[in-house]
Amino acid sequence: MSVQIQSLTRHAPNASRKMLDDVSLSIEDGAFVALVGPSGAGKTTLLRTIAGLDGPYEGTVLVDGRTLAGRPMRERRIGFVFQNYALFRHMTVARNIAFGLDVLPRRERPDRGAIAGRVAELLELIQLPMLGDAYPDQLSGGQRQRVALARALATKPGLLLLDEPFGALDPIVRRQIRRWLRGLHDQLGLTTVLVTHDHDEALEVADRLVVMQNGRIVQEAPAEMLDTAPATPFVMEFLGEALEFSGRIVDGWFLPDDSNVLSFHVGGGVDDGLVTALLRPYETRLVAGEGRGRAIPLAGGSGGLRRLKVELGTREVEILLVTDQVGLFGRDHVALDIGRARLFRDDRALQHISLRPPEPGHGKQRHNGTVTDSV
Amino acid sequence: MGGPSRGGNAVLVACTYLTVLAVLVLPVLLVMVEALRAGLGAAWRSLLDPDALSAIRLTLEVTLVAVIVNTVGGVMAAWLVTKYRFRGRAALVALIELPISVSPVIAGLVWLLLFGRQGWWGDWLDRHHIQIAFATPGILLATLFVTFPYVARTLMPLMEQQGREAEEAAFLLGAGFWRTLWRVTLPDARWALLSGILLTTARAIGEFGAVSVVSGHIPGLTETMPLHIETLYNGYQTVAAFAMAALLALIAMATVLLRSFLEHDFRKASS
Repeated sequence: MSVQIQSLTRHAPNASRKMLDDVSLSIEDGAFVALVGPSGAGKTTLLRTIAGLDGPYEGTVLVDGRTLAGRPMRERRIGFVFQNYALFRHMTVARNIAFGLDVLPRRERPDRGAIAGRVAELLELIQLPMLGDAYPDQLSGGQRQRVALARALATKPGLLLLDEPFGALDPIVRRQIRRWLRGLHDQLGLTTVLVTHDHDEALEVADRLVVMQNGRIVQEAPAEMLDTAPATPFVMEFLGEALEFSGRIVDGWFLPDDSNVLSFHVGGGVDDGLVTALLRPYETRLVAGEGRGRAIPLAGGSGGLRRLKVELGTREVEILLVTDQVGLFGRDHVALDIGRARLFRDDRALQHISLRPPEPGHGKQRHNGTVTDSV
Repeated sequence: MGGPSRGGNAVLVACTYLTVLAVLVLPVLLVMVEALRAGLGAAWRSLLDPDALSAIRLTLEVTLVAVIVNTVGGVMAAWLVTKYRFRGRAALVALIELPISVSPVIAGLVWLLLFGRQGWWGDWLDRHHIQIAFATPGILLATLFVTFPYVARTLMPLMEQQGREAEEAAFLLGAGFWRTLWRVTLPDARWALLSGILLTTARAIGEFGAVSVVSGHIPGLTETMPLHIETLYNGYQTVAAFAMAALLALIAMATVLLRSFLEHDFRKASS
């Protein structure tokens, strides 16, 4: 099922603050979309509005081209999973799952046998076939999560809305469940909208990420694109650790304010002026013999990367370097190459720069014209 | 685990038991003893007196209606103030608790002021031959007022803690308002609800002050059990008075005991 949202605005109750501010979003049939952002960004509010919960709003929300208002729930075909599962404590797992079928009007309700069959099928699907008679209190967090999902799926929804569904689970279970969920999405041909504040989770499971901040959509893009071409510094920082260098553009070159950071060529078409350069700590390189910076390896590191502290003179930054290259550098007389940085001016990306593929070899330095052994 | 504190504990426990014995158990025991002074037969016969039977019947009728009305009203009130945020909510919560803090005599007087012969609506009611004060409707109104808070008050903390999510889940799964209330909210709150109903029952059976003011004390007509006890006692029918008192005490104790048993079960189930 598709979802079209046009200029959706919602006010906080009894306050002028906007919880959603002119949000427009289009979710095509079969998509797996993640709404990400810090807490208070409006993700859950947006999800609840799509579901038809909560009070009035301005703008339009169309599901499969129609508004939801006034249509009975069973016709809307929306499954919703709450952050805290919201299972019915006094009912068994089987009754929980069957609830959406049990409350259908008599002429639409399947007979008892059919409902029991559907419950068994769903218990099989969530890989808990033996737990139909258990009560929610007797289940682990991951099991409750799956029961909540089965309950939402019992009425065969076309649109599945998930509000921080993995929030309370430990990391291993989280990983398993989200992979399983993605498989389920593909298998059942669902349209899924997932709310999460964990960008790694969103990157792993969703086709497309919608980054929200202060009730607005900041950027909406496929996962890879968000990282190569973030629309604002916020998006860049939200998606992971980022180093920030201020500087200015002169004649197509970025000149950093910090000493011992190499300037780099950004090509023509960028107006001279102040810019901010952002890049990931693992996208930096050290250049030996080019400056008076000092690189000091720090304890710890993972995934073959080692953390180093680089003293630039006026300030220090922490970078990540492939472990076997750490030893290649003397501790003194290094410069930092930030040629893969994305550039921002007035809180917006300088588009044509950030779209440049992040290939090695852009870190040429300007002042003496020779390329030193950059790594 | 030191010696001194253990000694202190023992003294404290002993004092507590003594206080409970003197203040709570002794009066009930004395009532029983007085009731049985002339033997079980005399006590039993006194309860079969027509006025006594009428008092028992009236008490049970009023209690039944009050419990039903206040259970429905209490559930609605608790639902409203815990699941919705609206202007004047805090004032409504305070109002729900008002009958607990207001003296029952005042509650009775208010109904007299409204419905009594000299009251605001007295003339109108008189012309239409509707009797509220000094009749069963007045007694019922007084009892309703006094016992209103108990169901609402026992449900409110639980419903607050339930939150909205289970109900929203039910709504999103297609259940309407009544079905959600009946199949999700109330079953989840059933122990608290039962506890509130039993409290209401105990209070309704024993209510004296408010009922005394509006009833007019007409033996065989508008006397409930507590009022009848007073009449008997003032008429020096000691055995009959204490027999009725013993019966009342037994009913009340049974409800309270039932409630604490249920609460115990509930704690075990939820832990």
